[in-house]
Amino acid sequence: MSFLHYWRAMSGIVGRELWRFVTQRERFISALVRPLVWLFVFAAGFRAALGLAISPPYETYILYEVYITPGLCGMIQLFNGMQSSLSMVYDREMGSMRTLLVCPLPRWFLLLSKLLAGTAVSVLQVYVFLAIARAYDINIPLMGYGYVLPALLLSGLMLGALGLLLSSFIKQLENFAGVMNFVIFPMFFMSTALYPLWKIKESSALLYNLAQYNPFSQAVELTRFALYGQFNLHACIYTLIAFIVFMTAAIIGYNPSKGMMMKKKGGE
Amino acid sequence: MKNKLLAYLVPTRCVGIQSDRAAVGCATRRVDTAFPRGAWEREILLLLGLALLTTTVQAETVFVSLEKDNALAIVDPIDGKLIKTVPIGQRPRGIALSSDNKFLFVATSDDNTIRMLDAETLKELAKLPSGKDPETFALSPNGEKLYVSNEDDSMVTVIDVASKKAVHEIKVGVEPEGITVSPDNQWLISASETTNMVHWIDTKTNTIVENTLVDPRPRAVNFTADSQQLWVTSEMAGTVMVLDAKTKQPVKTIKLEVEGVTFDKIQPVGVVIDKERKHAYIALGPANRVAVINAQTYAIEKVLLVGQRVWNLAFSPDQKRLYTTNGTSNDISIIDLDTQTVTKSVGVGTYPWGVAVKP
Repeated sequence: MSFLHYWRAMSGIVGRELWRFVTQRERFISALVRPLVWLFVFAAGFRAALGLAISPPYETYILYEVYITPGLCGMIQLFNGMQSSLSMVYDREMGSMRTLLVCPLPRWFLLLSKLLAGTAVSVLQVYVFLAIARAYDINIPLMGYGYVLPALLLSGLMLGALGLLLSSFIKQLENFAGVMNFVIFPMFFMSTALYPLWKIKESSALLYNLAQYNPFSQAVELTRFALYGQFNLHACIYTLIAFIVFMTAAIIGYNPSKGMMMKKKGGE
Repeated sequence: MKNKLLAYLVPTRCVGIQSDRAAVGCATRRVDTAFPRGAWEREILLLLGLALLTTTVQAETVFVSLEKDNALAIVDPIDGKLIKTVPIGQRPRGIALSSDNKFLFVATSDDNTIRMLDAETLKELAKLPSGKDPETFALSPNGEKLYVSNEDDSMVTVIDVASKKAVHEIKVGVEPEGITVSPDNQWLISASETTNMVHWIDTKTNTIVENTLVDPRPRAVNFTADSQQLWVTSEMAGTVMVLDAKTKQPVKTIKLEVEGVTFDKIQPVGVVIDKERKHAYIALGPANRVAVINAQTYAIEKVLLVGQRVWNLAFSPDQKRLYTTNGTSNDISIIDLDTQTVTKSVGVGTYPWGVAVKP
């Protein structure tokens, strides 16, 4: 199998996903509207909520909307990861998944390509969001927009891998509501996206621990630090490990002889 | 090795270093998290450090009086670090440097004196007879005279710096607070908090020439560099009045408003105007913000979030930075004036009150 063959397969998958994203204007707009509503409406109400605290990477007092911005970048990627998993289920129901999986390339490679495709879309969405946030006077140091790229790639891969893993569990499209209730919401609310750890600690030690070990928190912190030109090694390692775990589980999950596919036969 | 690995895998706990109850009833907290740094990051920091060393950064020292710690905090504002704190006397508040930057004056209110220190060694050179409970004072531009507001006695004491003696007492309105001397040394201004008046005192004769009624509870007064305008903040009205030095009448009253902040929290105190009279900066007290005013159009251009109960302000010598004392969050904020953003807040000690900057 030549390198070119791999390349063609990957660019085909990534290209299809990007093309799908660009042509689906509603999806593009809805992906942007969600974090923007949070920024303009939700954050505006809590404007001064964090005005009295300093926590790294910030060096001075910040408004709540400044705090929430990296969290909303994470939100975009979280929803995008789930959206990709949703489209996997759709692809399976429509049969295009079968076409993809009979491709004479290793399964892990195909899944990774699928994952990269989703991540590329999410990074694109985040940058558009950050540009709008800048117009709204959320000033991130210019260098931060560059530093954040690798952080976004890693966190996008991690959240995408989680989506892949979930899609291997879901039998039908209708079950996606469960993902919303049991994965997206708990992950988003029990994280540092909306409130810093010390604030969570004030209310509940249990929540504090949950938020601390939530891989989504670590992805958000990685992004937050990167936006301010700082490297958070701990968050980086944590996100990387979470990615490897989710990805491995997803590859196993998609293996017809071992994984979830066996159990799902009835559903398909 | 095992421990090291664990340190990476187990999230670092946040440690609350200090907490304080604020005037507005909210808990203040500074949280520091020690995240381990990578080797490549250290290298980059080192390179950055070298780059900084090669460019000429003007070093300056920021002195902050700490009302509750009875001490003076010395801060390196370029590094954004507290260098040290030195005991100074009971309840230090007003603080000023002589124009040649050789002497530092600090009003230690509960000791009923103004201490004169060597600005280099911080050795005490003299105790000036300020009268009872000195809080604010002003130095004449030539450094010869020091004028002290005596709140309880409703007067201003004039001290001759060379002989270190009180040479004159001027009766003013009730509760004098804000005090300043015009850069051309013509006018001494004293603002009476209860009388709601600004007194124009001729520095040659030490007599009041004129009084101007201003908005309730005037706090701070400051001249523009050309001595043509006097800016007066009124704590209760939430306004700043711009007076013309010739007519001694207001040319403009600016109502200070901040979106999302209730009126009662907007209590303007410190005011400074840059040399070119482009911008004026006003500390808004418990609103925890500094207002940036266009000094030509008198429009509020920007509002910057700083620490709690921001009280007094001082420029860096090159006027590229502004320092604020944040009374109840126990820190000072550093504002970059080119970008008009707050770059850092540095913890200094309990109740920072006044600030002076030495080049």
